[in-house]
Amino acid sequence: MAEIFTVNNMRFLLMGLGKTLYISAVSLVLSTFLGCVLGVARNGRFAPTKLLSTIYIEAVRNIPNLLWIYVVFLVLRLKSTPAGIVSFTLFTSAAIGEIVRGGLSAVGIGQIEAAKSQGLTRLQRLLYIILPQTFRKIIPTLVSQFVTLIKDTSFLWSVVAIQELTGSATILMGRYYQIDQVLILYGLLALVYFLVNFTISAMFRNLEKRLSH
Amino acid sequence: MMRANGPFALFKWEALLGDFPFFLEGLLYTFVISLSALLLALALGIVFGLLSSAAFPPARAAARVYVEFFQNTPLLIQVFFLYNGLPFLGLVLDVTTIGILGVGLYHGAYITEVVRAGIGSVGRGQREAALSQGLAYSQMMGYIVLPQAVRVMLPPLTMQAVNLIKNTSVVAIIAGSDIMFAANSWSSGNLYYGPAYVAAGVLYFCLCFPLAKLASYLERRAKQAFGQADPGQADAAATRAAAKGAVTGG
Repeated sequence: MAEIFTVNNMRFLLMGLGKTLYISAVSLVLSTFLGCVLGVARNGRFAPTKLLSTIYIEAVRNIPNLLWIYVVFLVLRLKSTPAGIVSFTLFTSAAIGEIVRGGLSAVGIGQIEAAKSQGLTRLQRLLYIILPQTFRKIIPTLVSQFVTLIKDTSFLWSVVAIQELTGSATILMGRYYQIDQVLILYGLLALVYFLVNFTISAMFRNLEKRLSH
Repeated sequence: MMRANGPFALFKWEALLGDFPFFLEGLLYTFVISLSALLLALALGIVFGLLSSAAFPPARAAARVYVEFFQNTPLLIQVFFLYNGLPFLGLVLDVTTIGILGVGLYHGAYITEVVRAGIGSVGRGQREAALSQGLAYSQMMGYIVLPQAVRVMLPPLTMQAVNLIKNTSVVAIIAGSDIMFAANSWSSGNLYYGPAYVAAGVLYFCLCFPLAKLASYLERRAKQAFGQADPGQADAAATRAAAKGAVTGG
C-alpha cells in the first residue's frame, strides 16, 4: 500500500488534478458569460436573437455532453486541451443559458417597473436591478452545474486522451496490478473528486446563506 | 462543408442512409437501458427520499451519505469501477448490467433529493392533521404527503429522465452498443465522422427534446397551481429546492 503513496505518484495525480481544474475553470468562466448572454437573449423581445438562442440552447442541451466532445475533437479537428475547453463551454453555456432564463423570469415585474420609474435605461435595469437578483436566485442551480462540469471533465481521458485527474489515475492503475493497489487508487480518485466538489458545494451554500440575509 | 471530399460530403450521407438500421439498433439499446435505469433510479430515489425525511437519525445519515457520494463523484469513475474494479473482487458483470446499475445508482441520488424536496414542500400541518386522525406513518406518507408532493416532484423528475438518457451515453466508453457507440464504431471504420455524429445527435434529440418540453410544461402548470394556493402552506425553501432540480443536476 505504501508503494502507492509515494511523492512521485502524488505529484503525478496532482498534475492531473491541476489539468482538471484548469479546463473546468476556463470553461466555467466562458460559459457563465455566454450563458448570461443566451439567457437574456432568449428572455428578450428581439425576435432574431430570441430565436437563435432558443435553437442553440435546445439543440445543445438535449444532446449528451459526451457527443459534443467527440464532435469538437473529430469533426472540428481541435487538439487536446482547447478541444476540452471548447466542448465543455459549448455544452455548459447552453445549460447555464437555461438556468439564467429561469432566474430572469422569476424577478418580479414590480422590480422592473420601479427601475423604469426611476429613469434607468434598459441596460442599467439589466445590470443593476435584474441580473444581481437573478444571480442570487440561481446560485444553487449554478453550483450544481459547476459540479456537473467538473465531474464530466472525466470523459476527456477516454475521448481525447487529455491527462487530467482520471487519466493520471488510470495510468497509475496500469502500473499496479494487485487487487488492493487498484482498489486503493479507485478510492483515492473518487475521494479527490469528492473533496473538490463537496468543498465547492459547501462554499456556495455558505455564500447563499449570507446573501439571503 | 458539402464539397465532394469535405467532412459532410454527399456520398457519406448516402453511406449513412444505407447503414441506418445499425443506428436504430443503438437507439433501441439506449431506450431499453434508459428505461431500466430510470426504474432503478426511481425505486432508489423513493426509498432514500423517504429515509432522508425520516425521524430516525441513522436513516437520514444513510441517505445523506448515498446522495453526497454519488452526486460528488463522476459517473464515469463509478462505471469504470463496476467495469474494471469489480472483477478484482471476483464479480464480472456484463456491459448492459453495468450501464443500468451505474446510471441507475447515479441518478437515484438526484431523484432522492427531488423526493426529499417534494416531501418537504408539503406543509407540516398536513402531516400533523393526518397523524391526529390516527393514520399510521405509512398511511400518512402514502395517502396524504406523497400524492401532494407529486405535483412539485413531477417537473424535476422529468428533467432527471432527460439527464439520465443523456448520461447513458457513457456505456459507449465501455463498449455498450448504444447510439453513441453506433456512431463511434461506424465512423471509426469509414472515417465519416460528420454524418455519424449528426445522426447520433438527432436520435438523442428526438428522445430528449419532447421530455424537456414536457418538463417545462409541467413546471409552468405547477407554478400556476402554487400561485393560487395559500403561500404559507408550502415550505418555500423546499419548493425552491425542487424547482432547482428541474433545470439541472447530473
